[in-house]
Amino acid sequence: MNGFALWRRYARASLSGQTRYPGAFLMQMAGHLATTLMGFAAIWVLFHRFGTVRGWTVGQVALFYGLVNIEFALTETIGYGFERFGDDFLRTGAFDRLLLRPRWTVLQLLGHQFRLRPLARLAQGAAILALGLAMTPVRPLLFTLPMMLWAIAGGVAFFLGVLIGQAALSFRTIESLEIVNVLTYGGVEAGQYPFDLYARWFRQLMTYAIPLGAVSYEPMLAILGRSPHPMAATLAPAAGFAFLAIMLLYWQAAVRRHASTGN
Amino acid sequence: MPPSPARIVVEDLRKSYRVATRPPVGPAGLAAWLPSRRPWRTIAALRGVTFTIEPGTITGLIGPNGAGKSTVIKILSGILRPESGRVTVGGLVPWAQRLRHVGRIGVVFGQRSQLWWDLPVDDGFALLRDIYRVPPTLYRARRARLVETLRLADFLDQPVRQLSLGQRMRAELAAALLHAPPLLILDEPTIGLDAPSKLAIRAFIRDLNRQDGTTILLTTHDMHDIEALAERVIVIGDGRVLADSPFETLRATTLSGRRLIASFDGPPPTLTLPEGVSRLPATGQTLALDFDPARIAAPDLIQLLTQAGGTAGTAPLADVTITRPSIEDVISRFYEHHASSP
Repeated sequence: MNGFALWRRYARASLSGQTRYPGAFLMQMAGHLATTLMGFAAIWVLFHRFGTVRGWTVGQVALFYGLVNIEFALTETIGYGFERFGDDFLRTGAFDRLLLRPRWTVLQLLGHQFRLRPLARLAQGAAILALGLAMTPVRPLLFTLPMMLWAIAGGVAFFLGVLIGQAALSFRTIESLEIVNVLTYGGVEAGQYPFDLYARWFRQLMTYAIPLGAVSYEPMLAILGRSPHPMAATLAPAAGFAFLAIMLLYWQAAVRRHASTGN
Repeated sequence: MPPSPARIVVEDLRKSYRVATRPPVGPAGLAAWLPSRRPWRTIAALRGVTFTIEPGTITGLIGPNGAGKSTVIKILSGILRPESGRVTVGGLVPWAQRLRHVGRIGVVFGQRSQLWWDLPVDDGFALLRDIYRVPPTLYRARRARLVETLRLADFLDQPVRQLSLGQRMRAELAAALLHAPPLLILDEPTIGLDAPSKLAIRAFIRDLNRQDGTTILLTTHDMHDIEALAERVIVIGDGRVLADSPFETLRATTLSGRRLIASFDGPPPTLTLPEGVSRLPATGQTLALDFDPARIAAPDLIQLLTQAGGTAGTAPLADVTITRPSIEDVISRFYEHHASSP
């Protein structure tokens, strides 16, 4: 059985566990949906009061908001094993169990838990993105749709890279590092707004050093037809994959080092 | 000829751990978190371990806690890489060829579950089938046999977390054997089990070795496990091999001794000990003696104690217990031997 087929098997097993108590599950989803919707409600109120902010309409902001939330929600459904790695695998010694199985550790951790809870964030992000598309003129759908999917793929790669980096760092600290949440939850917060609202240094940091802008702001500018460098903006989501590749190399090195130092 | 699948060769294995010493409490403790300020201590876990295990044998690895048993097991399982030394299992280097190596071994940790806590046992087996790429027909036959011999049928559809420890260990054994590995590594497989469960597990392991020719390496603290299973015993202490001998040799020498604890109603008598008896430090109203039954029979020794008791102001003999040496005693004897002949 190849890796992808095995991952689907893991996901099925995980889903059967999560849906064993459907009542509790639905309540959790509802709670999650309510909290994330509050976030957009606040933006809505802001724009209702001022109309536009630095030339951005509420419909345009909805596009940024929707895109980054979809990206992060999809990452959370598959990346939970990495998010919880320090606490659930290293501290408990369960990581040894993964090493005893003849499969790549990354595949096993991706399959650790296929979570349904982030679907609330996904649904909300998709709804707000649709709202934004209805309110805002964008480039023809033939460009917009593939571009959107490409941006989402790059965004999932980016956020997954962050979670894998967080897990690799926890080999040093044993615990999951809360500080990395600055990049995950903080990244989602930052990506919800057009980047030109931020200071120049922050924008550059978030585009070149940590390619969050490359998977959210830049591709959306291309979709809106507002990018000064349309070609570069179209290619930008590739940076998410490059970031993921670097984090995977870091992960491999950390696992090797762990085998030498013991636990 | 290619190397046999389960031949284990271990040569001059060395491993030490770097352990962070506990930082002081308070602001000074925070400074200790800086990488350069972190005080480290090196602990040698293995100081040159060498042995070879032939396919189809059962070997017991014994030693006190912290002796290096677990480190050996972890290295052989491909989890840990040693500092120096050579290891091959069926021609593969465990840590360097991990993915291929672990596909050919089964490992059971008595204190750690390999199964999925929330999944029914059978679902976990099916997942393992896919992880180890076991062909469906082989899997069906293998699973059916394991379910029968380990008596799993009654709880196959129960989540692992609901199983009793005895049931769980049987399920763990099955899980480690679904892919028919030629080598099975067991780390304290009977720990915490009740007597019937221990017997069942031992019988299963013995049959597995006899019928399938599976090579078995086990660690244990239970001398009965060793007696029931091991053809050969490797004693590890202080990161070294203290003894490596057939079980029969161990039985004839170290294990043949008995310990007698005699309690008296008051101060015990002073005895001139006959040949083959040695006195252990004991307190109050008891007397502890180690003796060799080949040189003095237990009834004779008891008679001696009965006669001595009650004379010259000492108390009469009240009770007698005879035990076999525990694994810790056996090991401490090896230590003494090791210390006296360096």
